[in-house]
Amino acid sequence: MRNVVWGLMLAFGAVSAGAISALAAEPVTVELALRGHRFVPDELRVPSGRPILLRITNHDAEAEEFESSALKVEKVISGGQSFTLRLRPLAPGRFAFVGEYHAATAKGVIIADKGSE
Amino acid sequence: MLGAAIIVFREAIEAGLIIGIAMAATRGVMGRGAYILGGVGGGLLGACCVALFAARLSAALDGNGQEYFNAAILLAAVVMLVWHNAWMASHGREMAAELRGVGAAVLRGDRKMLAMSLVCGAAVLREGSEVVLFLTGIAASGSLSTGELLGGVAAGLVGGAALAALIFVGLVAVPMRHFFSATASLITLLAAGLAAQAVNFLHQAGVISGFDTPLWDTSGILAVNTLVGRMMQTLIGYTDQPDAAQLAAYVATLVVMWGAIKWARGGAERGTQAGTPAKSDRAPPPLRT
Repeated sequence: MRNVVWGLMLAFGAVSAGAISALAAEPVTVELALRGHRFVPDELRVPSGRPILLRITNHDAEAEEFESSALKVEKVISGGQSFTLRLRPLAPGRFAFVGEYHAATAKGVIIADKGSE
Repeated sequence: MLGAAIIVFREAIEAGLIIGIAMAATRGVMGRGAYILGGVGGGLLGACCVALFAARLSAALDGNGQEYFNAAILLAAVVMLVWHNAWMASHGREMAAELRGVGAAVLRGDRKMLAMSLVCGAAVLREGSEVVLFLTGIAASGSLSTGELLGGVAAGLVGGAALAALIFVGLVAVPMRHFFSATASLITLLAAGLAAQAVNFLHQAGVISGFDTPLWDTSGILAVNTLVGRMMQTLIGYTDQPDAAQLAAYVATLVVMWGAIKWARGGAERGTQAGTPAKSDRAPPPLRT
């Protein structure tokens, strides 16, 4: 029984510790559109080290799943809808993403670098 | 058509592996096929409903409905897996006797089967809704003929079923002496991995923030978006860029599972000593409400 209690405490501790660290820098908002199963633009530049709000608008009639294992995000966006994704502050580098349902055409990359705004 | 087959297969990997493990782990339980089939059928039905209301679900809870939904399904599966392992720990001896043909009574495990049924249903529901959304989109856009579309779906599902069969056969081939510890270990890792995935959705929903910097990056060795990477993600909870919150959830699940098994086993021994052998269809005390 004690083990169970310890496990629960550990899990709870991890979650609450995460919540406390929420005081992050001002987020940067970037826009991304989906037209004809292509991302516009297909290359986004963001500053590194700051949280990012990525607003994705799906102008197509069909749903699309925005997916990126590098960004650790998967999100279905229905046709004609938009959604704002929260991304963690990124280290400098390239982060590829795809629209999983039309992976042949819907692909792009987020480039995070130090000076970029 | 190949594209459709690949997407359906990718989504079927997790459900296929989980169903295979569930079938193996419930060997010797009467009527388990019906329970698992029921779980899969319920999951499929649910997946269609979720896909139908995808836009509304997505818009719910400040646009985070999808994330909460995924996290809730994953965490429910984790709880069911803990329950299953605890049940096995308290009834493992009679199960083993039954499988060797020593036991006389046919094992009834209704409540336990309900847990595994729900686990299978949850896996199908989560990935299935994405498949349905993809397919309705393809069908609406008319970019594939109906024949090509159905062919793709069939090929993808056959792939998923093949994986289920493969892991089932692999597990059943494990010598009886090690069978229960093998399935229990696999289920423990599976549960830990699902908990880590749930944390990712909670991050996405903004429920947890911080502790999201990747601790290490092994995507150069095995990227999680490859087929092998995806299988390993289901089987052992592999992820190429884990963060502290995911690692904490993974370890916490291992600890909780270990505690639950130990406690259930202790309970079974106490019951035997007192001269009242545990009934095979009784749920383990931890989750009995």
